Amino acid sequence: MHTPTANTGHEERPEFLQHHFATVEQQRETSKLGLWIFLVTEVLFFGGLFCFYAIYRSWYPEMFHEAHKMLDVNLGALNTVVLITSSLTMALAIRSMQVGNKMWTQINLATTLALAGTFLVVKFIEYSHKFHDGLEWGKFFTNTQIDGTNPHIFFSVYFTMTGLHGIHVIAGMIAIGWMMYRTSKNHFSADYYTPIEMTGLYWHLVDLIWIFLFPLLYLVG
Amino acid sequence: MNTIPDHNYFTSPTGLKSWLLTKDHKRIGLMYLMAISLFFLVGGALAMVMRLELFSPGSQLMSADTYNRMFTLHGAIMIFLFIIPSIPAALGNFVLPLQLGAIDVAFPRLNLASWYIYVVGALFALGAIVAGGIDTGWTFYTPYSVQTEGAVVMMVMAAFILGFSSIFTGLNFIATVHKMRAPGMTWFKMPLFVWGIYATAIIQVLATPVLAITLLLLAVERGAGIGIFDPKMGGDPVLFQHFFWFYSHPAVYIMILPGMAIISELMATFTRKRVFGYRAVAYSSLAIALLSFIVWGHHMFTSGQSELAAMIFSFLTFSVAIPSAVKVFNWMATMYRGSISFDTPMLYALAFLFLFTIGGLTGLFLGTLAVDLHLHDTYFIVAHFHYTMMGGTVIAFLGGLHYWWPKIWGRMYSEKWARIAWALIFIGFNATFIPQFIMGSQGMPRRYFNYIDQYQPMHAFSSIGAFILGSGFLVMLIYLWRSVKHGPIAGSNPWGASTFEWTHASSPPDLHNFAQQPVCEHEAYPYDKVIFKSTNPYDAEEVNS
Amino acid sequence: MSTKAAHKPHILPLSVYFGVAFALLVMTVVTVYAASIDFGEWNLVIAMLIAIFKASLVALIFMHLFWDDKFLAIVFVSSLVFLGFFLTLTMFDTLKRDKIYMERGGPIVPAAVIYKASEGVVADSLKVDSSAAAGDSAQAADEEDTAASEDENWGFE
Repeated sequence: MHTPTANTGHEERPEFLQHHFATVEQQRETSKLGLWIFLVTEVLFFGGLFCFYAIYRSWYPEMFHEAHKMLDVNLGALNTVVLITSSLTMALAIRSMQVGNKMWTQINLATTLALAGTFLVVKFIEYSHKFHDGLEWGKFFTNTQIDGTNPHIFFSVYFTMTGLHGIHVIAGMIAIGWMMYRTSKNHFSADYYTPIEMTGLYWHLVDLIWIFLFPLLYLVG
Repeated sequence: MNTIPDHNYFTSPTGLKSWLLTKDHKRIGLMYLMAISLFFLVGGALAMVMRLELFSPGSQLMSADTYNRMFTLHGAIMIFLFIIPSIPAALGNFVLPLQLGAIDVAFPRLNLASWYIYVVGALFALGAIVAGGIDTGWTFYTPYSVQTEGAVVMMVMAAFILGFSSIFTGLNFIATVHKMRAPGMTWFKMPLFVWGIYATAIIQVLATPVLAITLLLLAVERGAGIGIFDPKMGGDPVLFQHFFWFYSHPAVYIMILPGMAIISELMATFTRKRVFGYRAVAYSSLAIALLSFIVWGHHMFTSGQSELAAMIFSFLTFSVAIPSAVKVFNWMATMYRGSISFDTPMLYALAFLFLFTIGGLTGLFLGTLAVDLHLHDTYFIVAHFHYTMMGGTVIAFLGGLHYWWPKIWGRMYSEKWARIAWALIFIGFNATFIPQFIMGSQGMPRRYFNYIDQYQPMHAFSSIGAFILGSGFLVMLIYLWRSVKHGPIAGSNPWGASTFEWTHASSPPDLHNFAQQPVCEHEAYPYDKVIFKSTNPYDAEEVNS
Repeated sequence: MSTKAAHKPHILPLSVYFGVAFALLVMTVVTVYAASIDFGEWNLVIAMLIAIFKASLVALIFMHLFWDDKFLAIVFVSSLVFLGFFLTLTMFDTLKRDKIYMERGGPIVPAAVIYKASEGVVADSLKVDSSAAAGDSAQAADEEDTAASEDENWGFE
């Protein structure tokens, strides 16, 4: 269980090993644990919105059913496919670095970035359709074609959930871009690729959340 | 003869830049200590002004509207800017890696970042004050917080940002405890302070994100009327209270658990005994952390939540009393037949036992459904949470501050003045809040600017108590300030304590904490096996005279 | 948390990655198709089961939880457990408000003001969703409203 923490200073220390860690292994495991704890906070951060969704869906099941028909399932499904593929390329980017292939790491990271961009473009198209139809959030809601009580709440849920998710996609894109820069500067090797791994974990979480958002928002039974 | 080492974390390197960009946990802890002390003084000054206003009925100093802003600021500053970061971020940062035998926390850069995030949050809070303050109470209850004028969004953003500072501190500490322990230090050899901070960090990480999303939704509700919390938009204000208390109830354990952690440490050191029931105390910290998540509904007994849910929450609330009582009884058992020395930190520990017991037991009154209907939103509540938060956490914080002060600065404070300040604080605190228990049970509502003449004597008594309390803090400020330059040199282990920060580090510690990597051979408090020599300059005086 | 052995990265064969991605895409098609069939009560359950299956694939294989230190899995699952506390206990209130006093089921004000033609009685504005605010008469809603606002504004005269 315990791990030595002293820097005895005599043995060979790789450049990427920070001073307060004793071994590469300890540094790597610590980073990983830290990132997973961060993912926990992300889950609970989104948890508030899932709670928002669950309560209002249980209060207004018919309205949710009517209102969800205004969303475009095809575009939602397309975005699901896009994100799943980007998760694949992200995982492959890490694997490429594990085997020390920098070129394929860059290609995979770039593909992930492009897919993330595609996701946002599709999202933008969806949003502009919604705005056009007066399906905006909260008090800006002007559409009158939906039966049921308080349909604006469905769109509040829709915009807060997908909006917060979209912000996370943008944050992920910044992280991926940073990883591409650092890969190009030869910061990483088959021995040290922890930052890419961490970015990957974060990116997969963004995918995980979308996996739940898609059926909850687009496929209300 | 004790000396202060030439090279310690405080003196080398020097220069403002070396402080602002430091990644050293001790320096960051000290920077937190400065920041929270500042806000404690601001929040305390607000409290003094309020007590002055409440000295007699009618308007004395300010309008009712100003009063509303005052108590909101007092609450928000004390909660978000002082108590939550007080023990974990200030003392915890300084002590935790030392106690674990680590060179630093797991993520030093994140640690510094969380201090800067705290500062940004504090600036937002100050911005909200400058922009006119807010009058919602620190709880920001809807629908009032959606309707009222004032800088609600700014203050909400401040709390949002401060929440991230708290999350990063918690994340850092969990990773530190898991991965940075010294060789030989198994989980059940860790000092109990570490256990307490660890349990606190779990709550910080699990609960704070929900506060973040709640405040974000509140800000959006104000701006766009999304209809989640505002009944005018089809929302449900009770839902806001659920969201808010899902964080803020665990948050009171973020505040009290580190306090309990300090008390465990003080009990062992000043009774020269192993902590009775070490494992029970350690596990009870985790039990409190876990239970704190499922009792939040007791804040909403009169708010219109389901009566059925209220009954369940009431039942669950009582269960939190069990681990708390386990701790209190174990501390009592630790003192039994110990060789107790009544140094200032121990005086605070004893005050904690007395005040926290009152605070905890009155909590059970409030957790009882029928009694709560009578006491809800009265001064009884105000007295209850001041007994737990101030009588518990702040007293424990002061105990910890006096305990680790010689480690932080290498010098002792004046023991005589410390005892005087302790007495003033203890007497002043009780004089302030015992009348509030009585007033509350007689029906004086909280947060009221004005009151009927019947309550005048007790309000006056309470105000006088508050001034005694305030004077105690002023005395403390003066002798602590003086001690930094002029106090007698403490030596590495003035209390004869057993944990790494005393046995293996100089006072003040070296920038890299230890000359050699400490190796953990004993349990945390092996006073029955090993003799730890005290370097306390006051002990030497007694021998000489 | 074994730190004895030097770390060798666990490299999965490419086929695993592509296989998982393929399974995820298939499950996406399945969930869209399943949504077009009405299973009644089970719609949500089926959609969620598929989502949980997909999420598990991503977490266990893409995120390496299956091979990593089991403590990481505990950390992640704990977030779901506490989210569960949050959801169930909150919904225990919102769904059971009418258990003792019948008139209190559902949200406090049934319909938002944006749907009102003019300021007036709340429940007149739109037809109230029958399954939602069951039993809410306009009067009950009004009483509830006043009671609530008194409750909220304590301390502010």
